[in-house]
Amino acid sequence: MARIAGVDLPANKRIDIALTYIYGIGKSLAKVVLEEARVKPEVRVKDLTDDEISRIQKAVEKYPVEGELRAQVSQNIKRLIAIGCYRGLRHRRGLPVRGQRTRTNARTRKGPRRTVGVRRKK
Amino acid sequence: MGRSSKKGPYVDPKLRKRIDEMNRRGEKRVIKTWCRACVIIPEMVGHTIAVHNGKKHVPVYITEQMVGHRLGEFAPTRTFKGHGNPTERSTALK
Repeated sequence: MARIAGVDLPANKRIDIALTYIYGIGKSLAKVVLEEARVKPEVRVKDLTDDEISRIQKAVEKYPVEGELRAQVSQNIKRLIAIGCYRGLRHRRGLPVRGQRTRTNARTRKGPRRTVGVRRKK
Repeated sequence: MGRSSKKGPYVDPKLRKRIDEMNRRGEKRVIKTWCRACVIIPEMVGHTIAVHNGKKHVPVYITEQMVGHRLGEFAPTRTFKGHGNPTERSTALK
């Protein structure tokens, strides 16, 4: 069982795909990492040698992944909120930050619909 | 599309002149500006700049962390006070 950056990789997947199970590694970074570690991307995780695994581990260490990356991201958001800029205000309110429409959609940021209707007397 | 790095950040020439002037004299006065697109440069740190929001000038105290942002980001142009909260009359006979 290969453990890289504190994440168990699925044994039956190709290593290039398996690496994307790590937060912060997508397909393209996986490719770069494997090149640095000189491991063929088409090898299955279960067929990796211990040496290959340690080379991959070393290559992955160069990039912020998992906890470190999450910390960076939330740090950036905190900074925006602290300086009181427009993007910070949008983060504070949980609204889309990059100028998207909010009349409709924007459900990813706003979460489930909370209907606010006028309640009338009968 | 970003701005060509050859040109450097956009800084309003008028505002820059006034900031440089104040730094030379060591003065601190509030400067009014309409230039919301102007990038905040390190020279501005510690000054207070009143940025126009379309209606009035909002005083913005520039800190180190704001460098690289634009002045307009700190002077919101819209006021949203929220939708009407349910009053007693509207919730009474629900």
